[in-house]
Amino acid sequence: MDVLLLSRLQFAFTIMFHYLFPPLTIGLGVILVYLEGMYLRTKQPIFEEAARFWTKIFGLNFALGVVTGIVMEFEFGTNWAAYSRYVGDVFGSALAAEGIFAFFLESGFLSLLLFGWDRVGPKMHFFATLMVCLGGIFSSVWITIANSWQQTPTGHEIREVVINGQTFERAEIVDFWAMVFNPSTIDRLIHVWIGAFILGAFFVMSISAWYILKGRHLEFAKRSFTGALLLATVSSLAQLVSGHSNANMVAEYQPAKLAAMEGLYETEESTGLYLFGWPDDETETVKYGIEIPGMLSFLVHNNFKTPVPGFDQLEDQWGRPPVWLTFQAYHLMIAIGSLFIASTLFACLLWYRGTLFETRWLLWYFVFAVALAFIANEAGWVAAEVGRQPWIVAPSLIDGELVGGLRTSEGLSEAVRAEQVLGSIIFFGFIYFLLFILWVTLLHQKISHGPELSDDEDPYHDRAHIEKAV
Amino acid sequence: MDWNLLWFFLLGILLAGYAILDGFDFGVGMLHPVAKTDEERRILINAIGPLWDGNEVWLVTFGGALFAAFPEAYATIFSGYYEALMLVLGCLIFRAISIEFRSKRPERWWRSTWDTAFFLSSLIVSFGFGLAVGSAMIGIPLDERGIFRGSITDQIGLYGLFVGLLTVAMFQMHGAIFLVFKTKDDLQQRLIRWTWRGYYAFLTMFVVVTVATWLWIPRAVATFEHFPIGWLVVVLMFLAVANIPRSLNHQWYMQAFFSSTCTVAALVFLLGVALFPNMVTSSPHPENSLTIYNAASSQSTLKLMSLIALLGMPFVIGYTIMVYRTFRGPVKLDKHSY
Repeated sequence: MDVLLLSRLQFAFTIMFHYLFPPLTIGLGVILVYLEGMYLRTKQPIFEEAARFWTKIFGLNFALGVVTGIVMEFEFGTNWAAYSRYVGDVFGSALAAEGIFAFFLESGFLSLLLFGWDRVGPKMHFFATLMVCLGGIFSSVWITIANSWQQTPTGHEIREVVINGQTFERAEIVDFWAMVFNPSTIDRLIHVWIGAFILGAFFVMSISAWYILKGRHLEFAKRSFTGALLLATVSSLAQLVSGHSNANMVAEYQPAKLAAMEGLYETEESTGLYLFGWPDDETETVKYGIEIPGMLSFLVHNNFKTPVPGFDQLEDQWGRPPVWLTFQAYHLMIAIGSLFIASTLFACLLWYRGTLFETRWLLWYFVFAVALAFIANEAGWVAAEVGRQPWIVAPSLIDGELVGGLRTSEGLSEAVRAEQVLGSIIFFGFIYFLLFILWVTLLHQKISHGPELSDDEDPYHDRAHIEKAV
Repeated sequence: MDWNLLWFFLLGILLAGYAILDGFDFGVGMLHPVAKTDEERRILINAIGPLWDGNEVWLVTFGGALFAAFPEAYATIFSGYYEALMLVLGCLIFRAISIEFRSKRPERWWRSTWDTAFFLSSLIVSFGFGLAVGSAMIGIPLDERGIFRGSITDQIGLYGLFVGLLTVAMFQMHGAIFLVFKTKDDLQQRLIRWTWRGYYAFLTMFVVVTVATWLWIPRAVATFEHFPIGWLVVVLMFLAVANIPRSLNHQWYMQAFFSSTCTVAALVFLLGVALFPNMVTSSPHPENSLTIYNAASSQSTLKLMSLIALLGMPFVIGYTIMVYRTFRGPVKLDKHSY
């Protein structure tokens, strides 16, 4: 097997595993801030108990996010050294900013969040929760900036550098704010955040629905469920708007990605939108597809007539990303998003009618729907990253010409051999498999244990209560 | 202003911060078998429970800053030391999960499995970092473009082995002194004995490495001619090293910890002085070395990064102090402990 394929597999595998956790902790972080804030305002113990319960679950997910994240930072250098040389100026700065502004903030206050219940007062604890939540959000800001710059690079120049008599090209920042606010940053960041809120909300709904079905911790579970349901409904609807805005941005700046997402092999007058289908590279058609005529033209151009360019017009300049995978990941994400809109609105209707908690099949759906939320987040990643191939850093469109850019195949480490990469895939495959089993087991254990519901005492400063527990 | 030199210095600070903080963490891991009962083991783990995650961030930020300031060095080191880094990453994951998961189940086999993982991963990571530093001092084969052209055997030598052992001994001593604050009674007495063992082991390896450096790496010593101020660091380090047994004898543990902290920091600075102006030394073709000038990113990026560091570092130091203050004093196990 060749180094390119193995390194891409290694990256996809390690980042997809890592990406199970950050969106979840961002989403849960927002929920924790809400719970502790409500406790401070209302002093109702149920908010405090809920905060303590979700904090434990948050801590487990956070730890896994951190350890798998360190691997990512090293991997740019280990497997993509040529890429690192090319983008160090730009990507490296964003990564370093993430470390200084986000990771220290998160890790510092995380210790107060997890271990500080009896060491700091409730206000300080709330502040720590707020800072951890903010740290997660800052982290997503910087990493999304770094990734968006690779997708739609601006604010840099390609310059020649000489090292020991050897000349090579690299990207150097000339306009920091143009690099930060490159054409895709804002759209993608909002999309990532809403994806995280949806995941956090579905995660809470899943566990709460299970408690309701089993008749345990009913008051806690019902309040958690309805709170999360509101967040999920608003977020799912907002994601529709954000997704549309993203599609317009992709149409303008990454037309080849859009062509891959929709399987547009040939430019047609009035381009349709597939609900589903099976793109076939050999015949260059989408088989078994159901298409809404003219819909893509409408979404991109606001009329049903203007064609959206296909590979026949784009391939010479942009190359062709893997179509099948991009198409399916993109359509899977949209299908799940649509299902979420329908199911959360339906649940809201039943809640309004007062029959939500008697509708057992719907609660069972929510127990399992969290898996779909994970899949939608991952599918979004696949569509975004596979759809930008063959570029690891896309070329910039300047005066109608594509300039610069680095192909994925040019970004590899020259010092690394296939067997080393294969070895690392097996090594991390084993470790991550173990981590996954442990994660599921411990989550299950925490969920079966459930929240510790006290009577009406104030557990913050109740030493006797703590000593009893020890 | 020589921004390249500034960033070489700032990376030194990040690396020193990492070595000091995660250094005692690793030490605690290596001392884990000293604890006999389950409660003692929990005390050791909880001594670093709220701290290890923040300590590891220094490594992450060091990596990010190296990437941004010296991308050539980052790319060469990380792709060159492939196997070693994968092993270190694997061990860092095992360390984290053994801390995180040990307390989650009561069964004896479960706890002793994670105890072993905690001990071994701490030991391997400490030794691995030392080995890598040693091989960086000796140099690795680079081509004209600054790309590593060799195999793993070019990274393992007697000198690297010595530095690896030095690092293990130093972190064990540093961790033992840290634990003296965190423990009481019988466990504390045992750990005090281990501070002495760590100190003698450190002193032995320190002498061995100093002599080996003098004999085998003449260029490391030569740099002092450009930086006479480096001798001041050497003098301060000898004072710090000498002060450790003195303060241990007087039971001034805070001072002993401060001295071992200074020792770790001084060794990182001496590493910087010995390497200067190289980031990655090429051997046997020194003309291919990556220096702080040819491995750096653009001047404007170095300036931008300096601004980011200036804005961020006061906060970082602030949170670090706050967290350490909140969790000072002997470990008290409660229901939030591991």
